[in-house]
Amino acid sequence: MKRILKSSFFKSATLFAGAVLLMAIVRNPYHVGILIFLGMNLIITIGLSLLMGYAGQISLGQAAFFGIGAYTTGILTTKLGFPIYLSCPLSILVTVSIAFAVGIPTLRLRGHYLAMATLGLGEIVHIVFNELLSLTGGPSGFGNIPLIRIFGMELDNDYKYYIFVWAIVAFILFLSLNLIDSRVGRALKAIHKEEQTASTIGVNTSRLKLSIFVLSAGYAALAGFLYAHFVTFLSPGTFSLRFSVLLVTMVAVGGMGNIWGAVIGTALLTLLPEYLRFFKDFDILIYGVILISIMILRPEGLYGIKIPWIKKNAGKNENDG
Amino acid sequence: MNLASQLLQYTLSGITVGSIYAMVALGFNIIYNSTGIINFAQGDFVMIGGMLVVYLHKTLHFPLFIAGFITVIIVSCIGIGFERLAIHPLKNPSVITLIIITIAASILFKGGAMFIWGKDSFFLPSFSGDEPITVMNATILPQSLWILSFLFLIVMALMCFFRFTMVGKAMKACSYNKRAASIVGINVHSMVMISFALSALIGGIAGVIVTPITLVDYDRGSLLGLKGFGAAIFGGLGNMGGAVVAGIIIGLLESYSAGLLSSGYKDAVALVILLLVLFFRPGGIFASKEVQKLKIY
Repeated sequence: MKRILKSSFFKSATLFAGAVLLMAIVRNPYHVGILIFLGMNLIITIGLSLLMGYAGQISLGQAAFFGIGAYTTGILTTKLGFPIYLSCPLSILVTVSIAFAVGIPTLRLRGHYLAMATLGLGEIVHIVFNELLSLTGGPSGFGNIPLIRIFGMELDNDYKYYIFVWAIVAFILFLSLNLIDSRVGRALKAIHKEEQTASTIGVNTSRLKLSIFVLSAGYAALAGFLYAHFVTFLSPGTFSLRFSVLLVTMVAVGGMGNIWGAVIGTALLTLLPEYLRFFKDFDILIYGVILISIMILRPEGLYGIKIPWIKKNAGKNENDG
Repeated sequence: MNLASQLLQYTLSGITVGSIYAMVALGFNIIYNSTGIINFAQGDFVMIGGMLVVYLHKTLHFPLFIAGFITVIIVSCIGIGFERLAIHPLKNPSVITLIIITIAASILFKGGAMFIWGKDSFFLPSFSGDEPITVMNATILPQSLWILSFLFLIVMALMCFFRFTMVGKAMKACSYNKRAASIVGINVHSMVMISFALSALIGGIAGVIVTPITLVDYDRGSLLGLKGFGAAIFGGLGNMGGAVVAGIIIGLLESYSAGLLSSGYKDAVALVILLLVLFFRPGGIFASKEVQKLKIY
């Protein structure tokens, strides 16, 4: 029984069931919409958490991969008339190939150099979205992206799309939890702790780092695909530096060492702005304050923080995930 | 206008823009040398400088030069405060933590600027009129001359500071070997603080002198920081002279490509250079082959 409870399948299934239950409780279409965006953000941050927490690398260009995924499927379906079941794998494939090509030189760098290189990459992609008028429509973007249709059913309302997105989130979580518990996951932890030692005991560090980078780009592209067919309109503003930084913030606030940390951080920073409406545009100020105080007071993030009145659970939480 | 004078025009504006990149790059280098940190909020020091001087001059009606002076002082105090509150309390931080902290500071500065001054762009009158000076069919704004002379002054001052003053020498010692520096009695912690103050000071100056040409808004810092970092990397991180040369080269390339190729992609030029240098010569253009091989980037 305990084994089943601890299995990644059970955890993902619980997440999905919880999400469906949550929708039944919430019902308000506006809030369901926000939870859909939460699901998309989760897909990206779970990948980013693998990269930051497990492989110990940083990417400040994740919004670019999200954008490449979204634009590829958008352009394929609206301008070239591709069906969605083709555009989805193609958009992921395109993103993954780009990530692979730029990842080879980029991941040779470390720390600050890596951060700046990914930042630069993200900004270049953003400029291309703005300037490649014939394909992307430039700063004003383009719309009329078709809705997703599966088994003859069009996902034309938020409730259907919600189930679809969260099923994918659960699947991604399942995949990632299994990855962490595998040989690869242990090798990643070794890289994070001490890269040199890892390579002396036979871990191919550069290949592994590259694979996780590409994987996280693939996740971001999948989220981009979901975004494009939900909002049905794309403009470069969505895929700016600001979003990349926000994604890193989510992972860092929740805790880099654990996937559940990313889940907590993403949930917190996606839902928080909705309750900070009276701050309007100044949510950015609140993010800054939250991020800097967490980094100073608790650099390992919120995950696993001991809350006095549930002392018993705190110890248990530390072990799972 | 014929091609030659057009080229001269691009050259002049390229040098002007490049001087600003050079100043940002100098700021990066000063902090990097004493701490090994890349300060992602470097560009925001420039933004704050611009915002403050506009506020002091236009809203509080200080004379321009006094406003500029006060601004520079305040910005370096912000630099000190940032170091004391966010960098100093950390115990054995990982690189990722440091990166995220300076990013958080950058977000905070941006958010604060937006909170206080809103999202509009602000304009500051030039220091000495807007009458362009004609040089062989090309024109140069008097403000560009101000920028160039300030860059020259800053470089001279830094050179004297690091060569002739005790504090400067102590900072240099820290950049070579922190441990050895602290053994001979240098207070490494206060050197770190001074480096933040100095780097913010240069950022503040850059903000004050560039605002009459480029305007300023709360979001101006990130791209400027990224390009300045490009210059710092191009010249070799930590290399002051390299930073100045590289900044001006990047400014020139940007200006040529805006004029001759496409203005839309001009922002990408500095970034592409940044990436190419990072990929192929992460030690910068002035680093020797041996150094490149030994150092880990």
